[in-house]
Amino acid sequence: MSTLTRLATAAMMAAGLSLGAGATGALASSGDGPHLKQPNWSFNGLFGGYDEAQLRRGWEVYSGVCKSCHPLDYMHYRNLEQIGYTADEVKEIAASFDVPDGPDEWGEMYTRPATPMDPIAHPYENDAIAKLANGGVVPPNLSVMARARDGGADYIYSLLLGYADEVPEYVLEADPNFSLPPGKSFNHYFPGHAISMPQQLFEGILEYSDGSTPSAEQMALDVTSFLQWAAEPELEDRKALGRYTLLFLIVLTGLLYAYKREIWKDAH
Amino acid sequence: MSSTPDPVWSNRTIKWVDRRLPIFSLLYREGIVYPTPRNLNYWWNFGFIAGLALVILILSGIFLAMFYTPHEDMAFASIERLMREVNYGWLIRFIHMNTVSLFFAAVYIHIFRGMYYGSYKAPRELLWAIGVIIYLVMVGTAFLGYVLPWGQMSFWAATVITSLVTAIPVVGDDIAVWLWGGFSVDNDTLKRFFSLHYLLPFVIFALVFMHLWALHTTKSGNPLGVDVKKPADTLPFHPYYTLKDAFGLGIALIILCFFVFFYPNYFNHAINYVQADPMVTPEHIVPEWYFLPFYAILRAVPDKLGGVLLMFAAIAIWLFLPLLDTSKTRSGRFRPIFKWFFWLLFIDFVLLGYLGAMPAEGVYITLGQWATAYYFVHFLVFLPLLGWIEKPLPVPESISAAVTDGHEKEAAA
Repeated sequence: MSTLTRLATAAMMAAGLSLGAGATGALASSGDGPHLKQPNWSFNGLFGGYDEAQLRRGWEVYSGVCKSCHPLDYMHYRNLEQIGYTADEVKEIAASFDVPDGPDEWGEMYTRPATPMDPIAHPYENDAIAKLANGGVVPPNLSVMARARDGGADYIYSLLLGYADEVPEYVLEADPNFSLPPGKSFNHYFPGHAISMPQQLFEGILEYSDGSTPSAEQMALDVTSFLQWAAEPELEDRKALGRYTLLFLIVLTGLLYAYKREIWKDAH
Repeated sequence: MSSTPDPVWSNRTIKWVDRRLPIFSLLYREGIVYPTPRNLNYWWNFGFIAGLALVILILSGIFLAMFYTPHEDMAFASIERLMREVNYGWLIRFIHMNTVSLFFAAVYIHIFRGMYYGSYKAPRELLWAIGVIIYLVMVGTAFLGYVLPWGQMSFWAATVITSLVTAIPVVGDDIAVWLWGGFSVDNDTLKRFFSLHYLLPFVIFALVFMHLWALHTTKSGNPLGVDVKKPADTLPFHPYYTLKDAFGLGIALIILCFFVFFYPNYFNHAINYVQADPMVTPEHIVPEWYFLPFYAILRAVPDKLGGVLLMFAAIAIWLFLPLLDTSKTRSGRFRPIFKWFFWLLFIDFVLLGYLGAMPAEGVYITLGQWATAYYFVHFLVFLPLLGWIEKPLPVPESISAAVTDGHEKEAAA
């Protein structure tokens, strides 16, 4: 048994080293203010996955609200088939976007309706125009956002609902000189609190095609799930393969342990 | 003990080959009958786990390189494409990313095991020294690899670490230009880092062979620290240790796969999924967890050159352990005072790791300086003194004697 306890200590030591580092990293990045909201995401946990109806609602929020400023780099219209749109529906969605192409045989650049094979169209022709239209800041790409921020989906969800009309007390207590620069909005969760994006999600700014009620919370949940999918489209495959792999490894390792005991029974 | 007779091969093909290239005899001698102390505990599993981690890293890396584009405008996108469009591309990448952590975790345990059981003492000084060099090359390789995704932390880690050479008097600035291939970290830096990141793992692989060669010359140490004296002290490597290693590897793979499949970005910094931007400096530039203790030592000194020197000295000092540890007793098990100092050093090392992740301000600076000072005092003052002051416990006469004693005690109890 002593060997087992020693082994457990080893595993704990390794985990301790790493968890310690991870935890401190998380601590270092959390500022003052309220803690992140943590909804019960369908994609959390060992058996988590996506809700396709929710992802499609999320796409409706993205294309109805976010699309006018934020790109979805590295993604194509064809990817929408993975969230339950039919091939024809995807063709139709793609065709509603115009994309630049060319040069044609006359050497001219032209625009044409997008096809499912095209990358999802950029809202701006270039970063300079994007900056000009958004008070000097380029709206960030959203397709990796759920991976690119501490807190992931919780952070996006909290941020979307984290606007306040007035600068709250706790900010002024920490920094009496805090004032919001012109053109910025106050957000509880944004680092530094002064965010360039104004509040976007208001009840009823769009109508869901499945008849769900478009409350701000519902839209935030849906679009955040959509962005989680955009960042980790492999999540369901990954977890399914992971469950089989872990099950296999646990059985194999158990057998190896039994066999090791068998071989060693006279050698100790 | 190494007088195991070579096998007499009866198959004619084997005989023909073995006469001209004794590969079967070599495998038989070094992999099957190889005499291994019978009392190795599970702390002796980690060398094998580290070796396998290296193999996994090289194999997954070869496939990553088929899809990666070493260019400042395309590197980040090429990895996103790999993860989204290539069949099981995400799996290859997550295996590569997380196995680095397994590799370092196994190597740290392996190193501290060596320190506790005095694995560096005669006749294993060179075996130990090669190990320290492997660790140094690992550090370099891991750093180069972390730059390749060209995220924000990649870029700024590269900038911070390569700028350290500018601390060298007179030639520092020229060396920095030579390292970068320009006047800052840019496209040319990325290309040479990719080239070197592909090269160095094979250097590590060669060093691992030298490590094993030295190991099989002096043979494994053991928890008692007494020499192998008679055949009863050993067991043939196969099947005893092949199975024990296989079991240990199973546990390691379970932990690895848990992270690969369920928390693939746990050890990663989220900000490294933002493409490198030379105009925007991240709020905190923090290295990967396995560099944190040395990062804390680097920052403990207000002077840049001093910090760099101290950081390298913190690793280089391991090379001198055979000289610094004056005790004749190998195993910490029989060294009542050393035991405490060993665990203090371990706690100090973990504390340094914690401080390395904290911002360099206030109490963290002071703590970092004390922890750094203790680290060096342990090696330079306590270790040499302990050999004089400490009175070691009696060491068993042989491995088999200790094992038999244990059985008698068990029977009596």
